[in-house]
Amino acid sequence: MTHQFPALSPEQKKELSDIAQRIVAPGKGILAADESTGTMAKRLQKINVENTEENRRCFREILFSSDPSIANSIGGVIFFHETLYQKSDSGKLFPQVIKEKGIVVGIKVDKGTAGLNGTDGETTTQGLDGLSERCAQYKKDGCDFAKWRCVLKISDGCPSALAIAENANVLARYASICQQNGLVPIVEPEILPDGNHDLQRSQYVTEKVLAAVYKALNDHHVYLEGTLLKPNMVTAGHSCTKKYTPQDVALATVTTLRRTVPAAVPGICFLSGGQSEEEASLNLNAINQVPLHRPWKLTFSYGRALQASALAAWVGKDANKKAAQDAFFTRAKINGLASKGEYKPATPASQAAMQSLYTASYVY
Amino acid sequence: MTHQYPALTTEQKKELQEIAQRIVAPGKGILAADESTGSMAKRLNPIGVENTEENRRRYRQLLFTADQRIDSCIGGVIFFHETLYQKSDDGVCFAKLIKDRDIVVGIKVDKGVVPLAGTNGETTTQGLDGLSERCAQYKKDGADFAKWRCVLKISETTPSQLAILENANVLARYASICQQNGIVPIVEPEILPDGDHDLKRCQYVTEKVLAAVYKALSDHHVYLEGTLLKPNMVTPGHSCPTKFSSEEIAMATVTALRRTVPPAVTGVTFLSGGQSEEEASVNLNSINTCPLTKPWALTFSYGRALQASALNAWKGDLNKEKAGTEEFIKRAQANGLAALGKYKSSGSAGAAAQSLYVANHAY
Repeated sequence: MTHQFPALSPEQKKELSDIAQRIVAPGKGILAADESTGTMAKRLQKINVENTEENRRCFREILFSSDPSIANSIGGVIFFHETLYQKSDSGKLFPQVIKEKGIVVGIKVDKGTAGLNGTDGETTTQGLDGLSERCAQYKKDGCDFAKWRCVLKISDGCPSALAIAENANVLARYASICQQNGLVPIVEPEILPDGNHDLQRSQYVTEKVLAAVYKALNDHHVYLEGTLLKPNMVTAGHSCTKKYTPQDVALATVTTLRRTVPAAVPGICFLSGGQSEEEASLNLNAINQVPLHRPWKLTFSYGRALQASALAAWVGKDANKKAAQDAFFTRAKINGLASKGEYKPATPASQAAMQSLYTASYVY
Repeated sequence: MTHQYPALTTEQKKELQEIAQRIVAPGKGILAADESTGSMAKRLNPIGVENTEENRRRYRQLLFTADQRIDSCIGGVIFFHETLYQKSDDGVCFAKLIKDRDIVVGIKVDKGVVPLAGTNGETTTQGLDGLSERCAQYKKDGADFAKWRCVLKISETTPSQLAILENANVLARYASICQQNGIVPIVEPEILPDGDHDLKRCQYVTEKVLAAVYKALSDHHVYLEGTLLKPNMVTPGHSCPTKFSSEEIAMATVTALRRTVPPAVTGVTFLSGGQSEEEASVNLNSINTCPLTKPWALTFSYGRALQASALNAWKGDLNKEKAGTEEFIKRAQANGLAALGKYKSSGSAGAAAQSLYVANHAY
């Protein structure tokens, strides 16, 4: 506590900081294409496509073989382990395809959630065993950042003090190990939108969770300039009867982040959770228009919100590949604009309405 | 932990945030004139002035009656309890005198340090008993902000985990109580410059201390937008053999703050510690020209660094009061400029200074 044993050299710090800056360069965000095999089953089942390794490869191929100008909107792609070693139709390894477009390659490294005994169904996330060696290998295989997802939920008794402390701690351990191996850790403390709680409750919980996360990162000597945060936006629960505008969501979200996320963190890349593609873009856009000082980049790390239309257009048919790719490209471009607060949605009425709906920040 | 019982109403939050913003408005900082009776002895004895209540009154009057030139560089004045109820020669309460100039009145509310048993001479700060009632009274008597100083020190074995935790906690309790009474709390976790440690060590300790402070403030549900932070700058210890430029001090300081102080905090008002008047101004200026994003106001809350020359010019002499006031005004203006990154010290290298910033990943 009183002495410092530097975790990273200045060169290591510079490398991590540069990688993080590249991922969240202005107008860019992340394509979260790291769905596990089990999760891909859910995506493919919806469009009646069999969940085979080839079909998974095929769909990722559609995304990754987009025109190189996709790199204007996509700064990083998160891979699942299997996909990192698959090849494109042209025989090139996928990470290489991505890297050649000037996009940073990332890898999901957690091994899923595990139950916290004595809690109301809360979890922590596993994957620390041998993580350093795995990170070193991923770095050799072309990765420059990693992702680890922790999950919390809101209910009468949740999140508990244990869930908050344990997930913050495991995120900090993961982050520390990544940085030792030249990987920028994306720290993801997702608070699920399930429930009927209102916006205020979500904001309160998110503030507590993020305060704990950054205390843990500090305790574990993590170099903040070489990290990214992937939080939920602050939204009301799915079954909340009260409706909120994108401006309400934006102001609550930015207020929460201003109270908890140090300015040293270069970028915040929101998860889309259960939001529709358009909702996720509108909310991100509103976030980037909030009239409060925002010292970090505020961008996207979207899975479903970038791929839903593409999946629906493809439905497993070769003939639909271009249509699917176009759908993905469209969402990527829109979110790139949203990350600069420059997205002008189709309905002009909604835009004018947007401006006047910001309530003064002290309400939050 | 899962439910929210709002500590403050919307109106209370608005009032607190507005007070904080007024204190650290662009180009403004704080005059820390809250020296206790004991500390005043240390200021008056060296200039051969007897430490009487009247002399303390005359001295503060010298500062408070400075002309309108300070209105654009002083956003707040911190009072000691005795001074809050003293009057000018014209019979005007000092608090009213300051408030009528649109300068925010603040009050020191802590009751000094007490030892933490089982540590290497470390302390916490007392003053929580009846603090709510005292704050309510101070608010009635014109105060809109308060100050509470905690002290930590750097050595082989300090600051200990207990010292960091205990001081962070007591600061958070104090802050929470202040806000309930419409008083903006200035949170001061001072890490003393005594010792031979280098800049890096000070930065490391400052980061750990501030992280603990902000976790405690979050745990105690303190409304950050309605607070100010009064930290030490990150500097090497007084007996450190290595010399560091003001740009290095600035970069280390801003880096430490960027890693620990949430953007929601309205302002950071540095203490001057043992720095000379000029040093304190030059360092504040470098801090404000540091090429990193700084989402809070970065200004001064200086005691000695605003008053040293004034005391020396006055020396208790009735005929030298104006001279004393002039010295104070000079330093106030210098620091007002430094808070904007526009101070040109007579000895500064200007263009050369810019190149002395070492890239922040070295910190």
